Amino acid sequence: MNACETTEAPVAARGAPVPIAEVREADANAAEVDRILHICNACRYCESFCPVFSAMTRRLDFNLADAHYLANLCHNCSACLYACQYAPPHEFGVNLPKALARVRRDTYVEYAFPKAFGQLYCRNGLAVAMAVSFGMALFLMIAIASQGRLFVPGLDADFYAVFPHNTLVLLFGTTAAWVLVALGVGLVRFWREVSAPQETLANPAAIGEAATSVLTLRYLDGGHGEGCNNEDDAFTLWRRRFHHLTFYGFMLCFASTSVATLYHYAWGIEAPYPVLSLPVLLGTLGGLGLIAGPIGLYWLNLRRNDLQIDERQKSMDRGFIALLFFISLTGLALLALRETSGMPLLLALHLGFVMGLFLTIPYGKFAHGFYRTAALLKHAIEKRLPNPIQAGSD
Amino acid sequence: MSIDVLVIGGGNAALCAALTAREAGASVLMLEAAPREWRGGNSQHTRNLRCMHDTPQDVLVDAYSEEEFWQDLLKVTGGKTNEELARLVIRTTATCRDWMRKHGVRFQPALAGTLHVARTNAFFMGGGKALVNAYYRSAEKLGVQVRYETPVKELVFDGNRFVAAITESGERIEARSAVLAAGGFESNREWLREAWGQNERGEWPAENFLIRGTRFNQGVLLKFMMNQGADMIGDPSQGHCVAIDARAPIYDGGICTRIDCVPLGVVVNRDGERFYDEGEDFWPKRYAIWGLLVAGQPGQIAYSLIDQKVIGRYMPPVFPGITANTLPELAQKIGLPVDTFMQTLNAYNAACHQGTFDHTIQDDCRTEGLTPSKSHWARPIDKPPFYAYALRPGITFTYLSLKTDRSAAVRFEDRPSPNLFVAGEMMAGNVLGKGYTAGVGMSIGTTFGRIAGSGAAAAALNKS
Repeated sequence: MNACETTEAPVAARGAPVPIAEVREADANAAEVDRILHICNACRYCESFCPVFSAMTRRLDFNLADAHYLANLCHNCSACLYACQYAPPHEFGVNLPKALARVRRDTYVEYAFPKAFGQLYCRNGLAVAMAVSFGMALFLMIAIASQGRLFVPGLDADFYAVFPHNTLVLLFGTTAAWVLVALGVGLVRFWREVSAPQETLANPAAIGEAATSVLTLRYLDGGHGEGCNNEDDAFTLWRRRFHHLTFYGFMLCFASTSVATLYHYAWGIEAPYPVLSLPVLLGTLGGLGLIAGPIGLYWLNLRRNDLQIDERQKSMDRGFIALLFFISLTGLALLALRETSGMPLLLALHLGFVMGLFLTIPYGKFAHGFYRTAALLKHAIEKRLPNPIQAGSD
Repeated sequence: MSIDVLVIGGGNAALCAALTAREAGASVLMLEAAPREWRGGNSQHTRNLRCMHDTPQDVLVDAYSEEEFWQDLLKVTGGKTNEELARLVIRTTATCRDWMRKHGVRFQPALAGTLHVARTNAFFMGGGKALVNAYYRSAEKLGVQVRYETPVKELVFDGNRFVAAITESGERIEARSAVLAAGGFESNREWLREAWGQNERGEWPAENFLIRGTRFNQGVLLKFMMNQGADMIGDPSQGHCVAIDARAPIYDGGICTRIDCVPLGVVVNRDGERFYDEGEDFWPKRYAIWGLLVAGQPGQIAYSLIDQKVIGRYMPPVFPGITANTLPELAQKIGLPVDTFMQTLNAYNAACHQGTFDHTIQDDCRTEGLTPSKSHWARPIDKPPFYAYALRPGITFTYLSLKTDRSAAVRFEDRPSPNLFVAGEMMAGNVLGKGYTAGVGMSIGTTFGRIAGSGAAAAALNKS
């Protein structure tokens, strides 16, 4: 039993959903994708919305691997749901975004490393993210308090007077290494399962196309450039914009940390860095993106039509969004108040959230970027090969 | 607030009328019989618009001239059309897409490998329901009022002048002018039964019809207008009728229930006999006659049979076929008389002339000395597993219509009403006396929807 506990009857036959007892939920979710895609393949009205449909036309049946691949290729823009003549209340009950969202969580669970930890995806919600972060922060605060007092004046923004540099490197370096291993193993397993032998990675054009699709969030444009759906059949570009703010904000913060590491080890320049230094400028800019982006995404998430999504993942999504927001908020507060006696406490709080993110990365929403990138790469490779199905004139 | 233009209906033609009238400055109220989730009538199941164009245009390749469009229409209708109105429709399709885009409709290229349709038809991105959604959004933005679940049962006239509509719940809604765009009577099974009557076998063929589209086109206003003495045109048994999977739902099966393997195999009736040349032409050019062909068979059922060789060579069907490893077993599984069935299949297999099979062209695989013959794609059905798909007539929409002219006005005793107009399926029979060619229903609906909306706005505003 790999999947999270069943909350709804699984489905199987082509027409209406039919309850089947004792089916593994992940298999039932994949079977629902197969059922729906047989209907979609006979209709094909949605072909230009996104690559899920062009990938579909290369297949007649959809096995578990296909379901995992297509689930991660789907960006949940949901244009196909609102356009669907077979969507509920039609007896065919076609809801591809929801069916794929469910399989998407199964992907994260199935390919998690170590496998037993996959179950964490089912519980990694807002509460867990906050509990882990505050737990870590509390732990660090106790460490500070054990030195005598919580408010320490006169440190002149010297973070390493609170926690020695090497302690931080050890703590976060090992966690980051673990994150990379866990995600890497999952990705390799995913790739092995969904890709065919002739789909070689030595394909610069495909890699370029996939990278462009990822970096521009091409498939949140709805296929016509007006964006995706959020609460109803109207299109919006805000999801794409807020995601860009979040993603590029995160990347700027990552760049800030990388530059700071370089400063520290290559040139021996130690933190704190002046406000106009490269690490602080990158971090501030990124931090602002990571404030605005997550707020926007959270706002959209609150308004999102439940029909489009797997409701059970809402908490995971919000937990991730909240972590990014609080990392940024505490980071910017730390920058503003680093000269005050509250610095050690703020530092502990900030590091708590960063550690909260690190610990939940391999078992949380963060994984979506990696699996989706892999699916986009597979699609870019696959579409350059001849279509095995020649349905011919229509 | 008083209403200038009342639009009765909620599909493409009604929306085009409402948007056009609103653009002309009229206040508009739309009455849609269906609840919001079923809005849009048969338009929600459509996928494209047949368009004339003299040069390649965005999603349309090559050219499709007015004359070629007209000749295609002439051919499928067997001359049962109105050249003036048909050419009006054809010319409008050359320019209407910018207006459609303005109201949020988006187009997409035709499916890969469908060159002949990519030349003649502009596909809606996401299909007809996406188009309907876009029009409703635009209508709401422009201030068109929309009321769902408000079917109209009758109209009030002063002579040939429209005065008010009476809803099913008895509410009286007055307006200065009105557009009727409430669809044909295809969802009314009782009326279909009566229109098709009883055949020589004593069967009521329409009892075995499936309705491909909405359940809300009951033809209430069509019948009311007939009884009011409005000028009518068309034969009630004519319509867009195709052969679809017999397992399709009674309503709203839409496009996906089609069975596209017909030209790649053979089709037998309930007695196990073939009855028509399955390979006469490409399926898109023939599917619209197969509804009537199946309707003419005993029990209004037929079976499309193929073998393993053609799997993946036609648009995948929505329901899995019935399979067997031998032909007699297949006959038993679908309940056909095995002896006749095997005689038919053996005779067909023996008559297949050796050729070079190519499902993308009209190839040279044909039968020799067989009646009925099969002109193309004829190869022996001999490679198991074998597949069978039961076919039923699926009715898309009926052609019995209110007679009109290029003003879209409803007519009484050959005189136009000053303020009542008609669009969509309720008048499509003026152009389509019989037969069909893909996408022309939306061409008619868009053209006459806009003419009706414009006429209704003019009638209302001049008065006010």
